[in-house]
Amino acid sequence: MSLEINLNVSNKNELDMEKVYDILIIGGGPAGLNAALYSKRKGLDVGIISYDLGGQVMDTSSVENYLGFPSISGEGLMKKFIDHVNILNVPYLEYVHVKDIKKSDLIEIHLEDGNTFKSKSIIIATGSKPRKIGIPGELEYSNKGVCYCAICDGPLFADEEVVVAGGGNSAVEAAIDLSKIAKKVTLVHRSNFRADKILVDQLLTLDNVQIKPETQILEVIGDKFMKGLIVKDRLGNREYTIEAAGLFVEIGYLPNSDPFKNILALNSKGEIIVDKYGRTNIDGIFAAGDVTDTPYKQIIMSAGDGAKCALSANEYINTLK
Amino acid sequence: MKYLNEEVKNQLSEILSGMKDEVNILVFTKEEPCETCEETRDFLNEFASVSNKLNLEMLDIKTDALKANDYNVTLTPSIVLLDKERNYKRIKFNGIPTGHEINSFISSLMEVSGNTSELPADISERLSKISKPMNIKVFVTLSCPHCPGAVEKAHKLALENNNIEADMIEAQTFYDLSEEYNVSSVPKIVINDKHEFVGNQSFEVFLSEMEKELV
Repeated sequence: MSLEINLNVSNKNELDMEKVYDILIIGGGPAGLNAALYSKRKGLDVGIISYDLGGQVMDTSSVENYLGFPSISGEGLMKKFIDHVNILNVPYLEYVHVKDIKKSDLIEIHLEDGNTFKSKSIIIATGSKPRKIGIPGELEYSNKGVCYCAICDGPLFADEEVVVAGGGNSAVEAAIDLSKIAKKVTLVHRSNFRADKILVDQLLTLDNVQIKPETQILEVIGDKFMKGLIVKDRLGNREYTIEAAGLFVEIGYLPNSDPFKNILALNSKGEIIVDKYGRTNIDGIFAAGDVTDTPYKQIIMSAGDGAKCALSANEYINTLK
Repeated sequence: MKYLNEEVKNQLSEILSGMKDEVNILVFTKEEPCETCEETRDFLNEFASVSNKLNLEMLDIKTDALKANDYNVTLTPSIVLLDKERNYKRIKFNGIPTGHEINSFISSLMEVSGNTSELPADISERLSKISKPMNIKVFVTLSCPHCPGAVEKAHKLALENNNIEADMIEAQTFYDLSEEYNVSSVPKIVINDKHEFVGNQSFEVFLSEMEKELV
């Protein structure tokens, strides 16, 4: 039980619909926040439109690969980011979804709630969402055992047996976290681990964690609730059942690019295609972080991307004058 | 202070300076065995010391059974917020509102104090048509960053419509209840024990589910 205090301190600056901003940033994760910091320091009129400030990092229990922070909670790191941006009084709007964007002389951002904001340039930093496995039973048992947020739902599986699907850092971290709560954790992955060695080594020391590489999940089974998984051992070509009350899916992410797909060029994965300046195919529209086709989705890279886009957008705005 | 360090206390003090009127916080606990009753009392004692607009009242679910009954309190610990005139606003926190849930607790305190937020016109109109009693349960864990948003919305709906009652329920403390309501992802929202959904969804989704009860 979390008796520590996770207080969110929001600022009171609000976005103005009447105004034309220099840069509006869509997204409040590492990319969006760092873009805000760099834009504001250039003296630009900037605002953030987001759903959840902090973004996906908030769902990460522990971050150990952000330079300068040997070990910090995802939320703790994002609080530092948000506090830093707050010092500069950047206005933001939270808990809204963008419907689409339109480019004329200016760029209009249309929200699902009907509101519209205007800007000379925008930086899209909407990040990504968890990818689903796409197997029978996954949807049926979603929220009945199948989960996509280990730190949120982990406490509900105290003393139960659970499975984590995936082989990257997120999956291994989820398995390590869950091992402290659940009776037994089985980590299942289609091929071999691509997680950092330091994390895998930590995982291997845990008594209640079992690892099944080269194993494919075929189906989620159960009655009213999930009861287990049918998996296939790819080397032995053998099918069997793993009993489990929960399946935590950590197999990667899908870009949140839907609102932009009508006007921006996307690659086959749905990621926004950007050049080395963070420019999209439309003048004045930049994109940063996990929503783009930049390789390796990492907090520090997203933050760096955000800085790059802010500097690029600054140059773009100077050409308008 | 055990729960609030100096930094958090200062931040809280600044946020709570935005309260308009006084708010009465009723804390229902019971003698042992009670998971988190003592922690809840300690936490709220610290919390209430931050603002002079917070009046704390410690009650026992057995010896103060009549009061518990007035506010439909069945669980311990349970926290009921009353406005300055001691009107029941139909919102409760069942379980300790620490972790992320401190944010929904603050938001509801603000609302009950009279520092209210405005609902979009279309939502407000649909809400005014909810003419039957509605009970909204929001199951949360304290480590869930998405949960306070769902609690805030449920509470806001209850504050704006006398037919609606909204309860936060901390799923770990009330394990049996969570089992009964099949909670395996949070936030899980259950309306009139019949309609349910998962996630910090929009007011629109809350209303659509409640409107099913009107047909």
